[in-house]
Amino acid sequence: MSEASATAETAPARIKRPFLSPLNKRRLQNFKANRRGYWSLWIFLVLFVLSLFAEFIANDKPIIASYKGEILFPVLVAYPEEKFGGFYAVTDYRDPVIQDEINANGWMIWPPVRYSYQTVNNAIPEAAPARPSWEYDAKTRCNQYPQGAADPACIVGNWNWLGTDDQARDVLARVIYGFRISVLFGLILTAGSALIGVAAGAVQGYFGGWTDLLFQRFIEIWSAIPVLYLLLIVAAILPPGFFILLGLMLLFSWVALVGVVRAEFLRARNFEYVNAARALGVPNLTIMFRHLLPNAMVATLTFLPFLLSGSISTLTSLDYLGFGLPPGSASLGELLKQAQRNLNAPWLGISGFVVISLMLSLLVFVGEATRDAFDPRKTFR
Amino acid sequence: MSEAPLLSVQDLSVAFGQGGGQSMAVDHISFDIAKGETVALVGESGSGKSVSALSVLKLLPYPSASHPSGKILFRGADLLAMSEKQLRQVRGNKITMIFQEPMTSLNPLHTIEHQIVEILKLHQGMADRPAKARTLELLNEVGIRDPQKRLDAYPHQLSGGQRQRVMIAMALANEPELLIADEPTTALDVTVQAQILELLAGLKSRKGMSMLFITHDLGIVRKIADRVCVMTKGKIVETGPTKEIFANPQHAYTRHLLAAEPKGKPPAANAAAKPVMTGKDIKVWFPIKQGFFRRTVDNVKAVDGIDVTVRVGQTLGVVGESGSGKTTLGLALARMISSTGTIQFNGHDINQLSFNAMRPLRRELQIVFQDPFGSLSPRMSIAEIIEEGLKIHEPKLSPDQRDDKVAAVLNEVGLDPATRNRYPHEFSGGQRQRVAIARAMVLNPRFVMLDEPTSALDMSVQAQVVDLLRSLQAKHDLAYLFISHDLKVIRALANDVIVMRNGKIVEAGPSEQIFGNPQTDYTRALISAAFKIETAPVGIVSQ
Repeated sequence: MSEASATAETAPARIKRPFLSPLNKRRLQNFKANRRGYWSLWIFLVLFVLSLFAEFIANDKPIIASYKGEILFPVLVAYPEEKFGGFYAVTDYRDPVIQDEINANGWMIWPPVRYSYQTVNNAIPEAAPARPSWEYDAKTRCNQYPQGAADPACIVGNWNWLGTDDQARDVLARVIYGFRISVLFGLILTAGSALIGVAAGAVQGYFGGWTDLLFQRFIEIWSAIPVLYLLLIVAAILPPGFFILLGLMLLFSWVALVGVVRAEFLRARNFEYVNAARALGVPNLTIMFRHLLPNAMVATLTFLPFLLSGSISTLTSLDYLGFGLPPGSASLGELLKQAQRNLNAPWLGISGFVVISLMLSLLVFVGEATRDAFDPRKTFR
Repeated sequence: MSEAPLLSVQDLSVAFGQGGGQSMAVDHISFDIAKGETVALVGESGSGKSVSALSVLKLLPYPSASHPSGKILFRGADLLAMSEKQLRQVRGNKITMIFQEPMTSLNPLHTIEHQIVEILKLHQGMADRPAKARTLELLNEVGIRDPQKRLDAYPHQLSGGQRQRVMIAMALANEPELLIADEPTTALDVTVQAQILELLAGLKSRKGMSMLFITHDLGIVRKIADRVCVMTKGKIVETGPTKEIFANPQHAYTRHLLAAEPKGKPPAANAAAKPVMTGKDIKVWFPIKQGFFRRTVDNVKAVDGIDVTVRVGQTLGVVGESGSGKTTLGLALARMISSTGTIQFNGHDINQLSFNAMRPLRRELQIVFQDPFGSLSPRMSIAEIIEEGLKIHEPKLSPDQRDDKVAAVLNEVGLDPATRNRYPHEFSGGQRQRVAIARAMVLNPRFVMLDEPTSALDMSVQAQVVDLLRSLQAKHDLAYLFISHDLKVIRALANDVIVMRNGKIVEAGPSEQIFGNPQTDYTRALISAAFKIETAPVGIVSQ
């Protein structure tokens, strides 16, 4: 016995710790087992990553061009028109003159959709809002081009796949950019509120007593402030913008998580293993991170996808009411507003509805799968 | 036995899990209970004794539990084959049950009167007035003093022993023929345990009930049971009259159980050894605040002026009933709660030090907590749990050096170092308590406060942990403050003992003197309750 323990003491076998703890492995398996949520996550990620490269999918500039032996990247660099023999400060690559000039001295590769979210299509076949291009025959579709159907601009790249809105802007391009800005807004807002909310809840729950009491009363008053009025007032003073809107929403959205996190910390702060850590002399901050946060994380992570979809629909509804993003920016809420004003153009409403509902459904499915994965009853079965 | 038995369990099996992953919790057991007889099912946790008892009333979580074989005949009728409706006639009527945890078995939102009257109305269709009269009678019968006053009490207003008495009154309400008691005294103090056992034995003989008594404590079995069935791993390995089993155990497991009491003697007391921890006039008062301005009107004196000295290589045992302030005293000495008085640790006066100033001293002053299931973070592997203290107190160690230390200390407490990346839930209670001890030992402390480290463990595991603690003490010259309500464990470990009651010391002295020649009635009552399971005259100990 003593011999065996002596050898074991001299050469303790080093065991590599696995990358994922068994618990997290099981959670991952549970997440994958929810097929709908798992596929939703992949579809959402593909759509989101694609939309991050929206400039390369839908733009009124070529991705890459060769002009007089020089390789140019109009997507990334704003070349003045002088370069191509004009005199404006900004080049309009959709201008037939510029196009002819570049094609005569080189070549250019366009994105699949030749409109950005702000590009006005001057060649729509009828008064805006125009139907999707595939609804017209070739002749009507190109009747505004100088040479009609034989015009070099009468190509698939110039189609409006989902029609145009009432300012002759391409709906597909606006939807792609709108998806991106909505998701980004939602993600930043969610991350921000999670950060603030978890920190606030953790401090309240861990220290309890007066800290908790005062903070709770503050939150009660804070959450009683009507956000919409505040937005109206601020919109009258400050120019509306992405970050001002984000900041304003963040001021109020962090409250949502505080309750959950506070409850978890309050429950767990006198657990014996937390007391044991205190007895070892572990500092408060470490105890909060290492011992208490994992408890609260389950509730928080379960909550996040729903917070995300909530933020997105808030942005959409603000845009719809006209208190959201500045005019001209790609926004799904604005699209819905146009659809309401132009009931004769159902493609506006249908496009907006499909994109918003698809986005929110995917997020809710992902959220559902996350909740399943963290469900302790499922995990330990 | 000429008469047919009241309850006859024949070839009963219980399996858990559905489909492929079935596990047998109870494996083909058979036993009989005659009228007026007490049968004890004895075994360690996980042996299947509670599951067997619950299946008598079909209280298992069906359908994930199932009975692959067997019959349970009650007066000749098979309970397992009964419909839910027929079962309701038996449950709570002919067969009743009392559970281990009296706090959670009573509904906290209803008064005691309400809960007992409800049973009487439901099963016997009594009207309000006779039901109330009968409730009083029942409470009288189970020995609740002033039952008239207690009728309107809520469960939280009663002590643990009183709650268990109420539970018994509820079980008796319908004059059952069989009472199943599932570890009814495990959550109670030894003194209260003795009272409850006396009550049960008295009621049984007066009413001619039969009793199925489930316990892990052989001391209780010897006191109360007529016959014993020893269970392990789902099987009954030995059964027979109590006297025979104790006098002449046949099966190896029974002998193992009988031998499992904490044994051995503490090292000789040495009054000349250097004191490590000295507390003088320690007081922990919790103020009671009342009124709009929250003025302090009174104090709960949890610890009220206590002097302690713990010496190098020696153990000071602190005993007392629950609520006597022994854990509070320990926490105050370890500076986990604030107190007044002076605490000298290693020559430092530590009672005024801030949390940060305490940190370097924490290394030498460690705590092992009572509940090995609660004191280990479920989300950390045991290696992470053990090295947490090293990260704080020896931040210069490389990860490999830390890993070596963890492996070495696991060896020392008798665990296989190869298991160090597993999580606490993969270990048994005794192994977890070893992990908790390893967490304290890895820092080479001089003083360890042990807060009931054995009371959540099975008897045989208790003995092992006591042996481990004693060998660690001898090896490292540790000073222990050992808090326990279990006098058997204290006798096996402590050189000096203080007996506490209501925050004050009742008696203090060397261990032999306290156990051999106790001076106060209270100490005598504690000792006779612990070793002989006998009750003391009313008034000496709590009810």
